[in-house]
Amino acid sequence: MNAENRIALLAAPGLLYLAALYALPLALLLTESLRDAEGALSLAAYVEFFADPFNRGVLWRTLRVAALTTLLALALAYPTALALSRARGWAQTAILVAMVLPLSVGVIVKAFAWSILFRANGAINGALMGLGVIDAPIRMLFTETALIIGAANVFLPFMVLPIYAVMRQLSPALPEAAATLGAGPFFRFFRVTLPLTLPGVIAGAAFTFSLSVSMYVIPSLIVGERQQTLSMLIARSFLFLRDEQLGATISAILLLIAIAVVLGSSWLAARVTGGRP
Amino acid sequence: MTRVDRMALGASWAVAALTVAFLMTPLVVTVAVSFADSPVYSLPPPGWSLRWYEAMQRRSGLADAVMLSLNLALVSTAISLIVGAAAAIAVARGRFPGREAIATFTVSPLMMPGLVVGVALLQFLREVGLRDAYWSLLLGHILITLPFVMRTLLAAMTQFDFSLIDAARTLGLSWPMAVVKVLAPNLAPAFLTAGLFAFLASMDNYPISIFLTDARNKTLPIKMLQYLEEQPDPSLAAMSTGLILLALIALIIGSRTVGLNRMIQG
Repeated sequence: MNAENRIALLAAPGLLYLAALYALPLALLLTESLRDAEGALSLAAYVEFFADPFNRGVLWRTLRVAALTTLLALALAYPTALALSRARGWAQTAILVAMVLPLSVGVIVKAFAWSILFRANGAINGALMGLGVIDAPIRMLFTETALIIGAANVFLPFMVLPIYAVMRQLSPALPEAAATLGAGPFFRFFRVTLPLTLPGVIAGAAFTFSLSVSMYVIPSLIVGERQQTLSMLIARSFLFLRDEQLGATISAILLLIAIAVVLGSSWLAARVTGGRP
Repeated sequence: MTRVDRMALGASWAVAALTVAFLMTPLVVTVAVSFADSPVYSLPPPGWSLRWYEAMQRRSGLADAVMLSLNLALVSTAISLIVGAAAAIAVARGRFPGREAIATFTVSPLMMPGLVVGVALLQFLREVGLRDAYWSLLLGHILITLPFVMRTLLAAMTQFDFSLIDAARTLGLSWPMAVVKVLAPNLAPAFLTAGLFAFLASMDNYPISIFLTDARNKTLPIKMLQYLEEQPDPSLAAMSTGLILLALIALIIGSRTVGLNRMIQG
């Protein structure tokens, strides 16, 4: 065995660990969801799941919330990453601290803080009434809008950082060269800057979407039981209803969504970079 | 720079300022509530007090939960750093097929739903007969920390000039010694960053842990959510303010030793 092959062996412990305690359990869960009570191969559990309009509503809400969270995060993250790539000194420090400090605080604390803000007697209602925008408190806690704002707040750094990583390596000479060649500002953005930063956008969006589609703590603190998501259905069926068959089916559906996001985003990233690493 | 360019840059500065305020909002709320002299979370509070910091100390089971979470986070991060560094060297230095797939696979748990990973692991461990909560939690927390370590170390190792190792070996060091004496000091910032984020992810994890705990082994996030359901007074905000302070100290140490910019780039 030569030195090159011996180096490959270094990957063995980590790979074996993940294969045994991550890939294998997930594969077993997937096959479990494809079996009926007698153990024969069947799609009955899925048919039953999709036959119920309540379940279809939960699936649709989960996907919609994840998509809107991703869009809101992207709308804030792209300009922020652009400003961060130009920032120097204290402005750079301020943005970087705002990215990293909340990352280290924990999702329960942040979701709970948002639930305080969204209360009927909370600060947002108070401020809106003080400004005369509304006359009476409006219901914000337990709404989908509150959930999207809270989720975007928690996941925003995961959207900014990949875009910033790409933007930082983008030479300012490129848009300048395009300008010298007579390209207008819109042409420069849409044909030079945006395509070159697209890999960061894809990475950030894929990560944010997969985090928001499977979030559990944030919806349980901000919308509670009133508006279920797939994750909350999973927790409910395993921890409260003890209905393992239903839990396994919903888990498999959520898992397939996550795998689709991983594969779809790497396919997109490969297309965008045209095979470049 | 044209007028449109300046306007675009100005707009992105405005959004960046909004983003900073948006990101800091929950932290400011938590700190404000923790010093409030009111049990009902009114903002701004009617008066200030330290009563919730005293109440926090009377919470039962809190110290146990903190110790268990610290234990799991430290042990799982240490194991992941060793196993992950070996795997990252193999992917960055090796010339065997499938390295791209290995990189994707080892980072992929980051994007998988935590509850599903937790359920699958629970059912698997029941199947093989492991019922001890601490060991189940530790195995689960390595699944949380390993992909964080892999993501950061893979990025750093692909930038590392491995001819330095060859040079050290020419000068008489063995492979393991060359890794310890040349690679580790060079990549110390990456190891520190990887360890920090893995540690924080483990401390914060709820969805995987919830399936692996029992009545005696509850991690801090599980205990916190339980308090929120049973007795939601601002003593939790006091506890969270303590966590924010810890994070701030870690951040200051990190920025002094590694630099903020390198920290987030890994």
